[in-house]
Amino acid sequence: MAAKRLNLRKRYELLTRGMGWETTYQKMDDVFPYDTFEGIKITDWDKWEDPFRLTMDSYWKFQAEKEKKLYAIIDSFAQNNGQTNLSDASYLSAIKLFLTGVTPLEYGAHQGFAHLGRHFRGEGARVACQMQAIDELRHAQTQIHTISHYNKHFNGLHDPFYQFDRVWYLSVPKSFIEDAQSAGPFEFITSISFAFEYVLTNLLFVPFMSGAAYNGDMATTTFGFSAQSDESRHMTLGLEIIKFMLEQHEDNLPIIQGWIDKHFWRAYRLLALVSAMQDYMLTNSPMSWKEAWEVYFVENGGALFEDLGRYGLKMPKYHELATAESEHLSHQVWSVFCLLGNATGFHAFLPTEEKMDWLSEKYPDTFDKYYRPRFEYWAKQKAEGTFEYIKGLPQLCQVCQIPMIFTEVESDPMQLSFRDTKHNGDRYHFCSDGCKDIFENEPEKYTQAWLPVHQIFQGNCGGPTLEEVLEWYKFAPEDVSDYIGSQDHQRWQEWKGKDKDTPAKTEANG
Amino acid sequence: MSNKKNTAFIIVQDNEDARPIIEAIEQDNDGVIVQYQPGMVRMERAGSLIVKRETVEELIGREWDIQEMHLVLISIAGNVDEDDDKFELSWN
Repeated sequence: MAAKRLNLRKRYELLTRGMGWETTYQKMDDVFPYDTFEGIKITDWDKWEDPFRLTMDSYWKFQAEKEKKLYAIIDSFAQNNGQTNLSDASYLSAIKLFLTGVTPLEYGAHQGFAHLGRHFRGEGARVACQMQAIDELRHAQTQIHTISHYNKHFNGLHDPFYQFDRVWYLSVPKSFIEDAQSAGPFEFITSISFAFEYVLTNLLFVPFMSGAAYNGDMATTTFGFSAQSDESRHMTLGLEIIKFMLEQHEDNLPIIQGWIDKHFWRAYRLLALVSAMQDYMLTNSPMSWKEAWEVYFVENGGALFEDLGRYGLKMPKYHELATAESEHLSHQVWSVFCLLGNATGFHAFLPTEEKMDWLSEKYPDTFDKYYRPRFEYWAKQKAEGTFEYIKGLPQLCQVCQIPMIFTEVESDPMQLSFRDTKHNGDRYHFCSDGCKDIFENEPEKYTQAWLPVHQIFQGNCGGPTLEEVLEWYKFAPEDVSDYIGSQDHQRWQEWKGKDKDTPAKTEANG
Repeated sequence: MSNKKNTAFIIVQDNEDARPIIEAIEQDNDGVIVQYQPGMVRMERAGSLIVKRETVEELIGREWDIQEMHLVLISIAGNVDEDDDKFELSWN
C-alpha cells in the first residue's frame, strides 16, 4: 500500500532541514564569507521558515503550468495580430520604457538571488533564494519573449540590455539594482525583497498590468500577472526575512532600519518613472498614481509597519514627503520627458484634451493650477512650430541619477528642490534630503556613480553632439521624438485606415 | 489620507480558475469587500482573510491543492499562515 502523503509542513521541513552540514575541511566562515561583515547577528538559522512551504516538486509543477498558459496566450496574441487591438500605438511608449528599464532589473535580481542562494548559511533561506533566482530569470525571459512580438511592428525595442548600461534615464534603474547588488547579502535582500517587493512592487505591477488589460494589451497583462504570481511569494520572503533578522538579535534593528530608510527612498525615486507610465503613457489609465500610492503605500504600508512596530521598526524616513509628492510626481517626470523627447528611446507626446480632463479630475488640487498651463503652452508652441527641445544637459542627482526636477512640494511646489554637500573638496548635488542622507552615509560608494551627463561631458558617450550620443545609445532617428508623425504613428494610422496627416486623437477615454 | 487600518488583501486574476477561490473567500470571510478591476479581482477585509480548501473543493467538486492558488495569485498583504487546509493572511 502506498504510504500516506506527508503534510505540507513536514514536506517543507524535509526539503530545507538537515541538508546542510558543519564543514570540516574548510572553516564555515570561509565557505560562507559574506554573511557576517554587515553586522547582522544570526544565532539560529533553523528559526528561518518560509510560510509558503513550497517544495521543489510543487515549484516545478506550478511554474511549468504558469509557463504553458502564458505561452499559449503569447502565441494566440501573435497569430491574431493582437497589436492591432491596442487602444493606441502611443501606448507602446510605456512598453518600451518597461522593456528597457524593468526587464534588466529582473535580470539583476536574478543574479543577486543566485548569489544569495549560494551564500546564506541557512539551508531554508538558500532554497527560498534559489527559487527566487529562477523566478527572476523567468520574468526577464518571458518579458523579452512577449515584447519581441511588438518588436516586429514598432521601433525602439531592439536592444534593451545594451541601452540599460548607457542611456541617461535608464541609469536610474541601473544604479538602483547595482547599489543593492554591490551591498552585502542581508542588505540586498532587505532592498529587493522588502523595500522594493513588499513595500512598493504592487505600485509597479498591479495598476500597471491592470492598465495593460485596460488598453487591449493582453500579452503584457498575461506576463505581468504571471510574474506577479511569483511576486506574492517574493513579498512573503521579504517580510519573513525582516521578521527573522529582527527576532534573531536586538542589535540588528538599527542596521535594518537604516537599510529600510535607504532602500525605500531609492526604490521610491525609481518608481517616479512608473508614475509617468501610469498617468501619462497609458492611453487609458485605470487608476492614477496618487490613488495607487494611497492604496498600496499609505494603506498597505501603514498596516505593514504597524504590524512590525512590535519589533521597534518605524515607517521609512521621508515617507510623508513621498505621500506629499504623489500630487506632483508624474506631472514633473512627464514634463521632463516631453522637453527631452528628442533623446528618449520611446516617443513622448503631450497629453490629449481628454487625458488632461482626466488628470484634472484625479488631481484637483494640483493639475490645473501647476501643470495644465505648461502642457497647453507647449501644445500651442507645437501648433505654431516654435516648440524646441531643451538643448543643454540637466544636472543629475548624485544618488538617484534623476535630473533635478523635483520641487519643494510642502512649501513651494514651484521651487526646485536642491541639496548639496562637500566631500574631499568636491561638491555633490542631490534632488532631496533622502538622497543626500544616503550619500552622506556612504560617500565612498556614491562618489563613484556613473552619471550619464558627466560621462557625456567627459567624452565617454560617442561624442559631443546629440546625434553622436544617440548613435552611441543605438537610438535610430525613427526611435526618438514625437509620437505624432513617427513611423509607429504612421503604421497605426494605416492599420486603422486613417489619414496619415491627421493628428491622432486617442480613442475613447475610459 | 486613508482611514483604513490593517487591511489584509488578496488579489487574483479575473479568470475561470480564480472564480471558485473568489466565491470561497466571499463565503468564509464576513464583510469582505470584492472589487473587480481590469484583469483582476481584489478582495480586502480588516484584520484577516482566509481561503479554505474545503470550501473550494465543495464548489468545484474535486480535490484541490491549496497551492494551486499560486496559478492565479497576483498579490497579497498580511502575514501568511499556510497549511494543507487553509491559506490565511492577517495583521497582528
